[in-house]
Amino acid sequence: MYEFEYQKPKTLAAAADVLKKKKDAKLMAGGMTLIPTLKLRLAKLSHVVDLAGMKDLVGIKATKAGVTIGAMTTHGAVAASAAVKKAIPALAHLADGIGDPAVRNRGTIGGSISNNDPAADYPAGLVGLGATVVTTQRKIPADKFFLGMFETALKRGEIVKAVEFPIPKRAAYMKFPNPASRYAIVGVFVAETADGVRVAVTGAGGCVFRVPEMEAALAKKFAPESVVGVSIPTDGLNEDIHASAEYRAHLVTVMAKRAVAAAIGG
Amino acid sequence: MTDMSIGRAVKRTEDLRFITGKGHYLDDFSRPHQTYAAFVRSPHAHAEIKKINKTKALKVPGVVAVLTGDELAADKIGTLICGWVIKGKDGSPHKAPPHPALATKKVRYVGDHVAVVIGETLDAAKDGAEAVEVEYRTLPAAVDTASAHKPGQPQLHAEAPNNLCYDWEIGDRAKVDAAFSGAAHAVKLQFVNNRLVPNAIEPRAALADYDTGSGEFTLYTTSQNPHVARLVLSAFIGIAPEHKLRVIAPDVGGGFGSKIFIYAEETVALWAARKIGRPVKWTAERSESFVSDAHGRDHVTTAELATDKDGKFLAMRVNTVANLGAYLSTFASAVPTYLYATLLAGQYKTPLIYCDVQGVFTNTTPVDAYRGAGRPEATYVVERLVEEMAAKLKIAPDELRRRNFVQANEFPYTTPVIHQYDCGDFQRAQREALRVADVAGFAQRKADAKKRGKLRGLGYSSYIEACGIAPSAAVGSLGGGVGLWESATIRFNPTGNVSIHVGTHSHGQSHQTTFAQVVADRLGVPFESVEIVEGDTARTPFGMGTYGSRSAAVGLSAVSKAADKIVEKGKKIAGHLLEAAPQDIEFRDGKFRVMGTDKEVGIAQVAFAAYVPHNYPKDLEPGFEETAFYDPLNFSFPAGTHVAEVEIDPETGTTEIVNYSAVDDFGTIINPMIVEGQVHGGIVQGVGQALLEGAVYDADGQLASGSYMDYTMPRADNVPSFKVETIVVPSPLNPLGVKGCGEAGAIAAPAAVMNAVHDALRAVGVDKVEMPATPHRVWSAIRNAKKKAAK
Repeated sequence: MYEFEYQKPKTLAAAADVLKKKKDAKLMAGGMTLIPTLKLRLAKLSHVVDLAGMKDLVGIKATKAGVTIGAMTTHGAVAASAAVKKAIPALAHLADGIGDPAVRNRGTIGGSISNNDPAADYPAGLVGLGATVVTTQRKIPADKFFLGMFETALKRGEIVKAVEFPIPKRAAYMKFPNPASRYAIVGVFVAETADGVRVAVTGAGGCVFRVPEMEAALAKKFAPESVVGVSIPTDGLNEDIHASAEYRAHLVTVMAKRAVAAAIGG
Repeated sequence: MTDMSIGRAVKRTEDLRFITGKGHYLDDFSRPHQTYAAFVRSPHAHAEIKKINKTKALKVPGVVAVLTGDELAADKIGTLICGWVIKGKDGSPHKAPPHPALATKKVRYVGDHVAVVIGETLDAAKDGAEAVEVEYRTLPAAVDTASAHKPGQPQLHAEAPNNLCYDWEIGDRAKVDAAFSGAAHAVKLQFVNNRLVPNAIEPRAALADYDTGSGEFTLYTTSQNPHVARLVLSAFIGIAPEHKLRVIAPDVGGGFGSKIFIYAEETVALWAARKIGRPVKWTAERSESFVSDAHGRDHVTTAELATDKDGKFLAMRVNTVANLGAYLSTFASAVPTYLYATLLAGQYKTPLIYCDVQGVFTNTTPVDAYRGAGRPEATYVVERLVEEMAAKLKIAPDELRRRNFVQANEFPYTTPVIHQYDCGDFQRAQREALRVADVAGFAQRKADAKKRGKLRGLGYSSYIEACGIAPSAAVGSLGGGVGLWESATIRFNPTGNVSIHVGTHSHGQSHQTTFAQVVADRLGVPFESVEIVEGDTARTPFGMGTYGSRSAAVGLSAVSKAADKIVEKGKKIAGHLLEAAPQDIEFRDGKFRVMGTDKEVGIAQVAFAAYVPHNYPKDLEPGFEETAFYDPLNFSFPAGTHVAEVEIDPETGTTEIVNYSAVDDFGTIINPMIVEGQVHGGIVQGVGQALLEGAVYDADGQLASGSYMDYTMPRADNVPSFKVETIVVPSPLNPLGVKGCGEAGAIAAPAAVMNAVHDALRAVGVDKVEMPATPHRVWSAIRNAKKKAAK
């Protein structure tokens, strides 16, 4: 780890101020990606701005319309939340499958989506449910938040405060994990929402994406067999020692089918 | 028999301190004025070192020294050695090119040591290491095992043309070829035995201290064999005369073989400590462990089995290319030869076996012994062949095995590949395994699985292994440079408690518990009064260490012999105290008694008399301490049958192990709970090799699986609850009848799991999947079989 200055501001305004003034400053939420990166000397920062202790950013609020999750709420808290389990069980299930217990008890939703790892689970949940990201400056629909690999719509100094999830009619998330890291090789979130059916895929490409052909097929008939015949093109899909693009494309269909079955069953 | 006797499931006395964080692992140690070492490692698989510029590094605050291979060579520090010379087909010794602890002209694998930076702090050392400027001229790399010795490949060492370390053989090729040409049936398989990274939970580390006053070195290191480390560092590498070097290995957190070897890092730490006059500490980071701990396996094999019309085995023919990595590690040469091909008879009466092995250098991390060392590879060859032959002949695989087993009444049995098996009952172990695994109910379970869309398969592995390595004369005749005996000192203290000093060293094997059980049992002293001393060359007699499942078979035999000597001496003292002749004294349950009388004296009183010899035999030395050395008569031969049952999801290619049963013969069992734990750990590592683990190099020689993000370690949810039982056929060749249990699981499991995978996939036309049978590989195999069938 290279030396850096550690700061723990009391307000979001103060945190944003450091980010604006210091070029090599970075926010830390749960630190589950940032700390290993620092330990491996893969990042050299001037300042680490720790958001821990900002109580306003922690917590889950459920209303009839939706569930709002504070940016500093841990995956473990989401997974264990009775309100989330009742309103959007698929989201609780998703959170319960992130990383391992240590990661779930430190890692946060705000940190995860701001990092936008191409194999992270939450981006599929946000896009799949048509969530809205609430920042210090505005509200950003999930469809416009995730721009590319480790890239989001956040501007310098803009900080995620919360995520608002509408409650779907039914939904499910199916992940095929990387056997080593247990990140998603492919994760598919399927939801039947007030605005229609949404199918969001993580892990397969450089960034979360939707599958309009599956959404259209499911809009006609929300059943597993509707997606069986829909295969996605391999162009632009990830390839690594664990999975070829072809295998990933195949898994998207299989996981989508299973997600639909689970959504109906659950 | 007490609750602490041989055969009882005594709880591990070391666990309290380990579980509560009170263990003393290497990184817990520090010395006054200590410095820290960080290695500059090669980022290239193969390159010439044109220039090393230290200037910037030396300016980094806190950097104490920057040292390179040229300085190491100038100080006449020797190169790292391989202690076993293999003679090739033409009788010539293997090629052992120099293996400098710090590279001089060339680097030969990613992670190879280029320089060391010593810092006041670890961060200073790391900052300094980043500031060392090394100018490389990169060279093409030879990475692929199978082709490394073929013409036109990049050459690693001038001393080893065509990257060939040796071309070795065993058996009579002409007779084997003749048997094949006359055989009714033959099968031929080609497969890879995948390269594994050891991944001990405690990374390797070294803390070197040089006492300028006495001229003595002390090395604290993560070692399975501190005396061997001292011998090699002294006699071959030339750090110091042996009596001026003390090696201490405190608690060691796993090794699986990787902590047998004498590496560059401890060598450099010792040298640097003297050079700068301060202690030097190095602890591997996990990413360093991935590239610098000796890897395991990495074979490419073609194997054939011939039978008569009834499935009786006639001959086996095997060719293996074994990847040795960039340099020869300490015992690397022996693993794919004498620890591998000598096990190709398995449990069967195959009369003719021929195997040749090309040991090749590649631009990869050196490969050496890893849990099982050669025997998992041999078992995989034998058991995959048997399973495929059974499928070809349409004979049940358990039946085909029974037709060929060495029978219980045929021991001692000499195989065509050197070994003489002392004893065993292969048929009984298989019979019990069939029962434990409920093989009778498999057809129903397979049918049920099919209804759920799953492919279910069952696979056997009837393995045998040679452990308890080994008679010194045998090892010497085969090219080994060391003796492989063991030693023990039993020291009674005047107050009656006992210290046992042994040359083995536990790195997870529970010696503190099992050795104390044996001593308590043999000498009738309370279990709690026995202390086991290991891991310090200044406190233990010379011993060869812990590997090859030898600590019980060889080490405890030495303890047992020392206990015999204690009893003999005790009889003389007791005879004097009881006014009887020593030959009239019998020893039982900790008491010396005049035969046929009730006159007796306890062993603690005898010990006191030995140290306070006011009333003592005139012709006897005071003291109650005996040392014994034990050189085994033979290897020991644990054997058994494992049965794996898997379910494969054809949509994703995921394999789930749904049942795993093992029936092993380890001879006499000292502590059944600890044995079961060893079997569990071994099976998990074997499952890891079969389904999960694999070191992957890209074409440039970069380790693509260099962290836990990409290297799949087995986890608890990858395995079911195991059903583990034992049968006991005591070895007639050692005092306790033990055989060894440390590696059996890792030896048996890969073949059992892969036989089950192949059994499941046969239904969908798949004839071959390589290890690790990852979901991607299995799915691809199924898809390719479908495509082929469609044509």
